Amino acid sequence: MSLFPSQREPELNLSACHHYIEAVPPLPPQITDWFAAKGWAVRRHQLEMLAAARAGSHALLVAPTGSGKTLAGFLPSLIELIETPQEGLHTLYVSPLKALAVDVQRNLLAPIAEMGLDIRVETRTGDTPSDRKARQRERPPQMLLTTPESLSLLISYPDAARMLSSVRTIIVDEVHAFATTKRGDQLNLAMARLQALCPDLRRVGLSATIADPEAYQGWLAPDADADSVTRVQGDPGAEPHVDILVPEGRIPWAGHNGRYAAKEVIKLIGSARLTIVFVNTRAVAELVFRDLWAENDDALPIGIHHGSLSPEARRKVEAAMASGRLRAIVATASLDLGIDWGDVDLVVQMGAPKGSSRLLQRIGRANHRMDEVSRAVVVPGNRFEYLESLAARDAVEAHELDVDRFRPGGLDVLAQHIMACASAAPFDADALYREIRSSAPYAGLKRAEFDRVIGFVATGGYSLRAYDRYKRLTQGPDGLYRVTHPRMSAQHRLNAGTIVEAAALNVKFGRNGRSLGKVEEWFASQLRIGDSFMFAGQVIAVTGLDGPDMHVKLSRGDPRVPTYVGGRMPLSTNLARRVRELFNAPHRWGGMPDDVHEWLDWQRVRSALPGLDDLLVETFFREGRWYMVAYGFEGRNAHQTLGMLLTQRMEAAGLEPLGFVGSDYMVAVWSLREVRDPKPLFSPDIFEEELAEWIAASPFLRRAFREVAIIAGLIDRQQPGQHKTGKQVTFSSDLIYDVLRRHEPDHLLLTAAWTDARSKLTEVERLAGLLDRAQASMVHMSLDRVSPLAVPVLLEAGRERVFGRADDALLLEASALAAEAMPLPAEMALLPG
Amino acid sequence: MSAVAFSFAGETFRPMPCGGLFWAAQQALLVADLHFEKASWYATRQQFLPPYDSVDTLNCLIDSIEASGAARVWCLGDSFHDAGGPARLGDGPRAALMQLTRGLDWVWITGNHDHEAARSLGGRVMAECHVQGIALRHEAIPHDPTPEISGHYHPKLRLTVRGRGIARRCFAVTPTKIVLPAFGALTGGLDVGDPALARAIGRPLQALVATPERLLSFAVA
Repeated sequence: MSLFPSQREPELNLSACHHYIEAVPPLPPQITDWFAAKGWAVRRHQLEMLAAARAGSHALLVAPTGSGKTLAGFLPSLIELIETPQEGLHTLYVSPLKALAVDVQRNLLAPIAEMGLDIRVETRTGDTPSDRKARQRERPPQMLLTTPESLSLLISYPDAARMLSSVRTIIVDEVHAFATTKRGDQLNLAMARLQALCPDLRRVGLSATIADPEAYQGWLAPDADADSVTRVQGDPGAEPHVDILVPEGRIPWAGHNGRYAAKEVIKLIGSARLTIVFVNTRAVAELVFRDLWAENDDALPIGIHHGSLSPEARRKVEAAMASGRLRAIVATASLDLGIDWGDVDLVVQMGAPKGSSRLLQRIGRANHRMDEVSRAVVVPGNRFEYLESLAARDAVEAHELDVDRFRPGGLDVLAQHIMACASAAPFDADALYREIRSSAPYAGLKRAEFDRVIGFVATGGYSLRAYDRYKRLTQGPDGLYRVTHPRMSAQHRLNAGTIVEAAALNVKFGRNGRSLGKVEEWFASQLRIGDSFMFAGQVIAVTGLDGPDMHVKLSRGDPRVPTYVGGRMPLSTNLARRVRELFNAPHRWGGMPDDVHEWLDWQRVRSALPGLDDLLVETFFREGRWYMVAYGFEGRNAHQTLGMLLTQRMEAAGLEPLGFVGSDYMVAVWSLREVRDPKPLFSPDIFEEELAEWIAASPFLRRAFREVAIIAGLIDRQQPGQHKTGKQVTFSSDLIYDVLRRHEPDHLLLTAAWTDARSKLTEVERLAGLLDRAQASMVHMSLDRVSPLAVPVLLEAGRERVFGRADDALLLEASALAAEAMPLPAEMALLPG
Repeated sequence: MSAVAFSFAGETFRPMPCGGLFWAAQQALLVADLHFEKASWYATRQQFLPPYDSVDTLNCLIDSIEASGAARVWCLGDSFHDAGGPARLGDGPRAALMQLTRGLDWVWITGNHDHEAARSLGGRVMAECHVQGIALRHEAIPHDPTPEISGHYHPKLRLTVRGRGIARRCFAVTPTKIVLPAFGALTGGLDVGDPALARAIGRPLQALVATPERLLSFAVA
C-alpha cells in the first residue's frame, strides 16, 4: 500500500480545512514543507485525526482505500516526535499481516528521510531474526510495526514494562480483520496490558470497511467506552463499478464457482493490465486456475495464490505481481487484505461473494487510488447466485456493509494471556482481573470464570487435584502469582498465538526439494504413492511419504483436488434480505438474463415465491422419494444444522428420512414417507437440547477442542522442523478429548470448545430465527412435481453425512469391498467365533 | 457367520475391541503399551493432560479380562510411560492393579520406556518369553522367522470412506508376526501403512480392526 498516491489530487473541502487548521496548532515546518514540496495538501480526515490526538482522545478512522489512511494514523506521532523528540518506543502499529507491516515500514521510511527526521522505524514479526529482536528490546526504535502475536510475545518478557512504558500511541490497522476473532481477543488483552503500563496511551483504529463504527469504537476503547473514541469519517472514494458476467445470457443450474465462464474471464484478463481473480476456497482456486489455463490461448502469464502455498511460493507470486510480470492471479482470501502488490485494475469474483463487505474489500484491491473508479466483475455460479450477485452489487452501491457479530472473548486466549503476563512479572489476581475486564471482549468476564482460568494455567484445572505438586504458577506469601520456572515462560513463547492450522503435511519436490506448501492430513491420508493431485497450479504425484513430509514430482493425468476444512463463508443476513427482496420485485426481473427471468416466472406459476419474511416449504414426490424443501435464506451452516434436526425429528416421527442437503438458500430433505404437516418438524421447542446432542456427536467439537487446547497451552504446537520419529507420535487431542469428556465434562476447555463450535459452525441465532418464522408464517406448497427453485439444491454434489455410530458401518463396507477384491493370505484366515 | 478370530502359527486368536488379543487355548489375554501414568509424566513437565488415563486404561483392561475370562495376562512392554510411573500411580488404581496381579498369572514383559518398573506391583517380570513356539516380546525383531507377538509400534488404521476420515487402533499382522495396538487411553498411533512397520514385520501386512460385532480386515502392504 502506498501511503501517498492519494495525495496527488487534493480534493479538499477548504472551509473544513480552515476550520481544523484553526482548531489545531500549526503543523511543524518539516511537515508543511514536505507536503508543499509534494504539491499536496493535508486532507480533512488527516487533520481531524490530528485534532483527536491533540485532544488526547482515542480515534477510529473509517476511510476508503487509497485515501491516505495510514498516513492519517501516523501523522500525529510524527508531529509529536518532531515537537518533543523522545528516545524509546513512542508508537506501536499492529497489522494483521506480517507483509503489511513491512510494506508500511517501507512507505514510512521515505517521507521520514525526506523530512530529515531522526525517527527510527522497525518491524517486529515472526520473520524478524532473533538478534534483531533482542536489540529492539535493548534499544527500541521510536516506531515499531508488528502483529498481535509478536506484541503478545513482547509483553511476556520481564523487561516489557521498561520497554513499553514510553508508548504513547497504538495504531491498529484493518481493525475489522481483528475485532471479532481470537486474534482480536489477544490484541485487545495486550492493549489492556499496555494501557496499564502507560495510562496515557492513545488507541487508534483504521479501517476501510466497517458497517457499525460505534461497535468498533467500543471494541477499541478501554472499558468498552465507545464515547471515549473520536470517530473520523473520510470522504467517500469514487463509486466502484460492478458488472455481473453472464456469458451469452446462460447461467447453469448448479455450481458455485463460475468455472463455466473461464473463456470470458480470459477475455477480461486480456483487456486489463492486471487482474485478481478471487475465488471462495483453496480447492476452487486450483480448479479455476486450471480452467483459465485451458482457455489461455495467448499464454497470458497467470499465477495462483492461496493460504496453503508455502511462504516462499507466495512471495514469488507477489513479487511477480508487483513487478508487472503477471497479467492475472487467482487468489483466495489470502489476498483480501492490505497490500498493493501491483497495479491491479480489475477484480473478478468467481462465484457469489456471500457478503457485501467481502465484495467491497475485494473490489478495493483494484486501484489504490480513491479518486479512480475500481472495476469489478462478478461471475455467478448458478441462478440463485445471480440474484445474490445482484444483491451484492445493490448493497455496494447503497454503501451497505455486513454487520459483524461481536462475541465474548475466548477463555483459551485468556489462559494464554495470563501466562504471558505471569512470564513478564508476578501478578496480583485482583489487579489482573480488573485489567482484563477493561478489555472489551472480556468486559463481562465473571470472577469465578477468571479464577477457573487461573486454576487451569496453574495446574490444568482438574477437579482431581492430582497435579498440585507440579504447578506452573504458584502464589507466594506476598499474594502474587509467579511462574515456577523460567522454562515455562520459554515454553509459553514457543506456543503463543491464536492461529491454529489443521494438521498438515509439507509438500516437497523430490527428496530434499523446495517446499510447495501444505495439504491437510486427512487429504494426505487418502493418497497413496503414485496418486496425483492438483497443487499450486500444477498436477503432481506422490513419490514418497516421510513423517511430516510428502515428496512429489510433476505429473499428468486425472488429478484429485485437495480439500480443506472450513473456509466457506455463509451468506450474510444482509444479502439474504436483499435476495428475498429481488424475489418480490418483479419489475426488476425484466433486466435479468432470460435464464433467471424464466426461472422466476415458472416458480410463480408452479409454486410460490419466497416472501420477505416467511418460510416457504415445498413438498413433492419424485422417483420413489418424498422431498421437502425449505427456503430459509440463513446460510449453509444454519441449513445444514437444520437438515440434521429435521432428519432426526422425521426419524422419530416414522417418516423414514434418507438424507438431506443444505445450501446458502435452502435445505432439502428426502424420505420414504410424505411430510404432510411440516410445521411440527420446525418446532423450536426442544431445539437447544437436540442441537447440544448433535454438536456433541459431531466432529466439529473435536476440531474446536484441538484449537482451544493448543491456544490455552494444554498441547504444544508442532514446531517447524520437529520431526515425528517413525515410532510413537505425541498424544492426539482426540484422545485427550475422549478422556476429558468421560471424566470432566465441565472442564474449562470443553466449555471453550463448546462455545466455539456452537457459534462458528451452526449459527444458532439464525437457525432459531428461522424456526420462529416457521411457526409464524410458514407457507406450505404441496406440489405435483419438483419446483424450479428446488432444482439447484437437488443437483448439489455433496450430500450431508450422518454423524454418530456410522463409523463402524463405513469400516465394514470398506472391508467387505476390499475382501471381495483381494482374498486374505491363506496363513491368516479369518475364523468365525 | 461373521469372523471374530483369526489363525496365526497354528493357533487361534481373538482380537478384542479395546486392543487386547485373547488366546483361548492359553486362557491368556495379551496387551501392549498400556503406558500407565502417561499424563502425570507430562505433568512433571508442567503439561497438564487429564489425570485420568491410568484409571481409563485399567477399566478397559478389567473389562477385557472379564469379557474374555482370561486367567493370565501378558503385558508386552511399556506398561508404564516411564520408569517413575509406578511411584506416581494413585492409591485406587494401585490397589486394583495389585489385586489383579495377585489373582491372575501376570507377566510384565519389559519395554523400552518402563524397563522393570512394574515389578513393585506384583506379577513376574521378563524380557521376553516363548509360548507354544511363539515369541512374546516388546519390539519385533525383523527377519526373525520365529512366530512372534509384540507391541511398541502402536499401529493405527487410517481410512477415508465416503469422504469421512476414520482412525482406529488396529492389529498389524503378517504371516509370522503380530503387532498389538497400544492399549493405553492416551497413547497415539503410527499409521499401519508406515514403512517403518513393514520394515519391522515384513509383508504381506494386514490390519485387523475388532468391532463389537465382528473382525474386519484390511490389506495394507
